[in-house]
Amino acid sequence: MSDVVEKTLTALPSLLSLDSQPGAAKLSSTSKLGNLIRGITELTSKHEEEKLIQRELTSIKEQVSSPNTSMRQMKELMVRATYCEMLGYEASFSYIHAIKLAQQGTALEKRVGYLAVSLFLNEDHELLLLLVNTVLKDLQSTNLIEVCMALTVVSQMFPKDMIPAILPLVEEKLNHPKEIIRRKAVLALYKFYQIAPNQVQHIHNKFRKALCDKDPGVMTASLHIYLQMIKENPEGYKDLTASVVTILKQVVGGKLPMDFNYHSVPAPWLQIQLLRILSLLGKNDHSTSEIMYEVLDESLRRAEMNHNITYAILYECVKCIYTIHPKSELLEKAAKCIGNFVLSQKINLKYLGLKALTYVVQQDPRLALQHQMTIIECLDHPDLIIKRETLELLFRITNAQNVTVIVEKMLEFLRISKDDYTTTDLVGKVAELAEKYAPDNEWFIETMNTVFSVGGDVMQPDIPNSFLKLLSEGFDSVEEDRKLRQFAVDSYVSLLQGGPGKLPQRFLQVISWVLGEYSHLSEELDPATVLSLLSKLLDSKNTSSETKSWVLVAMTKLCEGRAGVSVAREVSETYSSSLDTALRQRAQELQHLSQDSELRARVLPRDASREPLEVDSSLSFLDGFVSEALAAGAAPYKPPHQRQEELAQEKALSLEPYGLSLPISMSSCSIGDRQSPTLLSVSSGLSGDSIELSHKGGSATLKLDGVKRVWGREGYLSKRESVEETAQVEVPSPLRSPSQQGEADKSHNQTPTPTPTPEPEQEKQQLASSLFVGLGSQSSVCLMGKSDLTNQRFRRKARCPGTSSGSSEITSNSIVSPPSMVDSLLYNNLLDSNITSELDLASPQSPPQLSQDLSTANGTCDVDLTDRDVTANNPSIIRDNGVVAAEDPDKPTDLCLSSHLPAELSGLSRSEITALCSHQSLHLSACHVQGDDSLALVVFILNSSDSDVQQMLLQLDSDQLEVSSVSESPVQEVRGDSVVVCQYSLTVKRPSVLVEVCGVMSFMCSVGTPQSVQFSYKLPLASFIRPLTVSTEEYGTMWLAFSHDTKQNLTLMREDRESLTATLNVLKNKLQLHVVEIIGMEGIVACRLLPDQPCLMHCRINAGTLAVWLRSPIPDLPDCLIYHCQRALQEH
Amino acid sequence: MQSGRVCLREALEAHFFRGEFSVFIKMQFMLLFSRQGKLRLQKWYVPLSDKEKKKITRELVQTVLARKPKMCSFLEWRDLKIVYKRYASLYFCCAIEDQDNELITLEIIHRYVELLDKYFGSVCELDIIFNFEKAYFILDEFLLGGEAQETSKKNVLKAIEQADLLQEEAETPRSVLEEIGLT
Repeated sequence: MSDVVEKTLTALPSLLSLDSQPGAAKLSSTSKLGNLIRGITELTSKHEEEKLIQRELTSIKEQVSSPNTSMRQMKELMVRATYCEMLGYEASFSYIHAIKLAQQGTALEKRVGYLAVSLFLNEDHELLLLLVNTVLKDLQSTNLIEVCMALTVVSQMFPKDMIPAILPLVEEKLNHPKEIIRRKAVLALYKFYQIAPNQVQHIHNKFRKALCDKDPGVMTASLHIYLQMIKENPEGYKDLTASVVTILKQVVGGKLPMDFNYHSVPAPWLQIQLLRILSLLGKNDHSTSEIMYEVLDESLRRAEMNHNITYAILYECVKCIYTIHPKSELLEKAAKCIGNFVLSQKINLKYLGLKALTYVVQQDPRLALQHQMTIIECLDHPDLIIKRETLELLFRITNAQNVTVIVEKMLEFLRISKDDYTTTDLVGKVAELAEKYAPDNEWFIETMNTVFSVGGDVMQPDIPNSFLKLLSEGFDSVEEDRKLRQFAVDSYVSLLQGGPGKLPQRFLQVISWVLGEYSHLSEELDPATVLSLLSKLLDSKNTSSETKSWVLVAMTKLCEGRAGVSVAREVSETYSSSLDTALRQRAQELQHLSQDSELRARVLPRDASREPLEVDSSLSFLDGFVSEALAAGAAPYKPPHQRQEELAQEKALSLEPYGLSLPISMSSCSIGDRQSPTLLSVSSGLSGDSIELSHKGGSATLKLDGVKRVWGREGYLSKRESVEETAQVEVPSPLRSPSQQGEADKSHNQTPTPTPTPEPEQEKQQLASSLFVGLGSQSSVCLMGKSDLTNQRFRRKARCPGTSSGSSEITSNSIVSPPSMVDSLLYNNLLDSNITSELDLASPQSPPQLSQDLSTANGTCDVDLTDRDVTANNPSIIRDNGVVAAEDPDKPTDLCLSSHLPAELSGLSRSEITALCSHQSLHLSACHVQGDDSLALVVFILNSSDSDVQQMLLQLDSDQLEVSSVSESPVQEVRGDSVVVCQYSLTVKRPSVLVEVCGVMSFMCSVGTPQSVQFSYKLPLASFIRPLTVSTEEYGTMWLAFSHDTKQNLTLMREDRESLTATLNVLKNKLQLHVVEIIGMEGIVACRLLPDQPCLMHCRINAGTLAVWLRSPIPDLPDCLIYHCQRALQEH
Repeated sequence: MQSGRVCLREALEAHFFRGEFSVFIKMQFMLLFSRQGKLRLQKWYVPLSDKEKKKITRELVQTVLARKPKMCSFLEWRDLKIVYKRYASLYFCCAIEDQDNELITLEIIHRYVELLDKYFGSVCELDIIFNFEKAYFILDEFLLGGEAQETSKKNVLKAIEQADLLQEEAETPRSVLEEIGLT
């Protein structure tokens, strides 16, 4: 195909004149588009083109708005407008006409109309609302092609809030006799699932039908949805494994029609999709992985043809094999496969080989060793992307022994790379490695100097922050800390003396801080020298005003002695008249503090970093000010999202139907996640993402002690843990330079001995040995245990135990954070000297409460059940009562057990008693009891044999629930033929439609060895819902304050005037909601999730359905509740 | 320059990370451009503003055109992977996410070219310029929302031909009338 006639644009004019040419025959050179295109090609300058297009657009504009333009002409105009837009000229006036064309045109014009709409508009564009009716009409059309067109556009873009309007029609199409319609309907539902998952919650069974469709195309389409759903919840779809394996077997075996072959490979896209699903299902799951080994082996075997497409499948296969529970035989084959990729002469395959290697190297470092020479060659590859991927690979295999060489290679690349994104990413990685594995102070500071100079202003801001934090917090040895700081000071002084002109601002800020804080450590250094260097910085016009603030703060710390005071006076005079308020304030501080050394010592104590500073993020010290202002008549503060909401509501009133009012708030909804379309949650979502992004970028972030880094998506946790234990024993000796490393190599038995090679290869060999040192089978340990902290030189001290999760709120006292921190510090200290004493109280010496608790909980068996790591692999067969049972509940047991129910629970409503599991003569059952303010889980342990069961230990755990035991002492034995009852109180941590408690019970029969059984118990969220009694006014204020919401249409119970009351009554009875008030067609309802999390519901009758809007401060609560409302109404 | 970068990233982020449900979009966009850097086709599977689209197009066209023929068909570009291939005078260029499979994307491009070739009968750049709407129709029938919709060549072309047929039936009588009316 690629050797199609090379007809280029240059040949265009001659071609156009020859109508006999096969290509030209189709060109309809007489058309207006043809004229336009020909016109453009004849032009010589951009300016002429601009003029021509503007003329063209003006004429199009005239014609589209003329009432005499026929739809046929309109079609032609739209094609031309699309062309102009593609050339980069705006034609927004035509958008509305494109919609009109789709609406009013006949089939052929419609097609162009839809196309123009899909090209012109984003999925967030508000004009898209006007398309809804057209789509609705076309979905009902008897013309298949119109239905196809409508489904095609819906699968590309559709306003989220209007999905309910067309959902039934799309669903209906799943049963259409034509496979193309079924396929497109599935893809449309996939689109809905992506933009509003809760809207399609109820049709999951139909997805399953699509998966079983007899047409392979429809089945393939449904896999997109499944891949997504399995990604979100792999546990829920384990039962699909066998089917997926069967499908893959059939595909690989060539059972599909020939049409699906691509270069005689059967349905490669389908194969890849299936392999992806398998890897998600088999991840961390031995028994599921077991099922797929055979088919994976077959896939590897079958894909032998030498064509890109088979390599694509192989690559996916290898990825899958390394993702699922490992099987050595398959791993071996996969490794061989990667080897073929890496060694391939084809550059694309080589790249993919490196990528695969990067992917698996944590699991199998020997693989990198095998290919070390290829890797070295790739490091010098002329194509930068190969080089880049190689560095990525090296980054993953870095350890304390090869860090210097690898970092050097990375810095080399950084110096030639011009792409900001790569620089940011790589700089972060270098900083991370330097912090983790630095062999000595000198190297560390020098490397970080390069990082700061190269990374400059594009690097992630957390790199300098984390560096300063590391310097200020110090490590275990005081002497080491002093040396490091002193070295940094010396290094910076010489940098400043050499001319700071080229240094990036961020680096200058780091330098100023370090000099301000630590220059006293260097004895030979005269404070006056430092001051003069700093004041030179102030004078430089390259220095930004933010940096100047940092410099001034540093000077404030340094202005000692007579010389200091005079410099300070001079500087503060200059800047106290600066236009920049921040600078002016710094200058004022400098002036005051330089004159009062006693005050300065209090405000800016040396080595202040030893004491953590508690930051009052609630700004409670402003309360007095606020209440005064309020008393004086100021308007109360409203957070931005609330203001936005109120605005949206005001507007919403002007639109008649409830459904249509939604799109107004769409501007804020559309970028948020589905649970929380308000601005507040959007911003929090974004900030969360940026954190994730910075992790992705691999930039150096703060590694908190005890927080294990999860290495690679593929890492096996169980394996890693054991590895880490061993890793702690080994303390690799830090090496200074590659040459020394070479020596170290020789003594290192486990390092592979290089095969004898000719002279020119020697250099490479040497590089290889320095790069791959520490990767031998024995030392693979330290590679695997990369998260292990004992290897790190700069190991952080455990600070403020118990607050590690909230570390963002605790900042060191030493003005590490941007100057705004200084403000509050100065302010507080000057105003209130009590603060210092308060700080002392919060010193890091308090015992590590949290971690201790955790370790005891993990090590021994005690009653506290909150943090247990209990897993249960129960199949999720959700019954109607929301209980998973391993066995059928038998009625007689229920009767006999209910008599054992604790007296205080007897009068309350409870679920059926369900059998959980049995082991020989021991039977576990459970039920849940709903109190007014509590939910109790009661577990019955029945011993039906004569002998006693001893050393019994029952542990419960849940991701979504807080489980606490009600009984004072744990039950430890069950006598023969008796029942023991354990009672737990449950509260919801994280709402979910069904919440699950997993449990494990270990015990000892009188005769045997220790045994244990696992079980799980599911209960619907509805059991945690209680009425919330509030007045309409209270409801109003609460409504505005809640940020998480969801909207949906529900079916009404009856079709008459009382339908609202009837429907709400059903909800009230079934879900224990409190109906606050019903006014005409609207009703407000309130409830709480135990113990006291409110959720509000606003209902309104609109066009025969009940439009429901739920709000709550808890993220997932509205979504879960709407699900239960739906069910309650369905069941009724 | 700096702010533009951040802006784009935010736009992409807002799209990709909707809360806990990461949206699974395979292809971000597809561009077809000539050796001279003229855009011939653009299909965006992520919502971006026109300004961002233009910026991305400009940067990418430049980067790809600067690549030498023997180089890798993949590119790292911002946090995306670019997969491109040249067919005669046209560059086909797709953006995918990093963890996606580059080789299969290369084959998606190839399959699309095959489809165009079959439809136009030995396709050339001119066919795509003058009948770009047809090229879009074929693309929409093959890839929908960034995912491969139908991978059987026969089925894709059948769908297109059926729609075309309808078009011609309706077109013939009217076009004659119109010709008369116009001239």
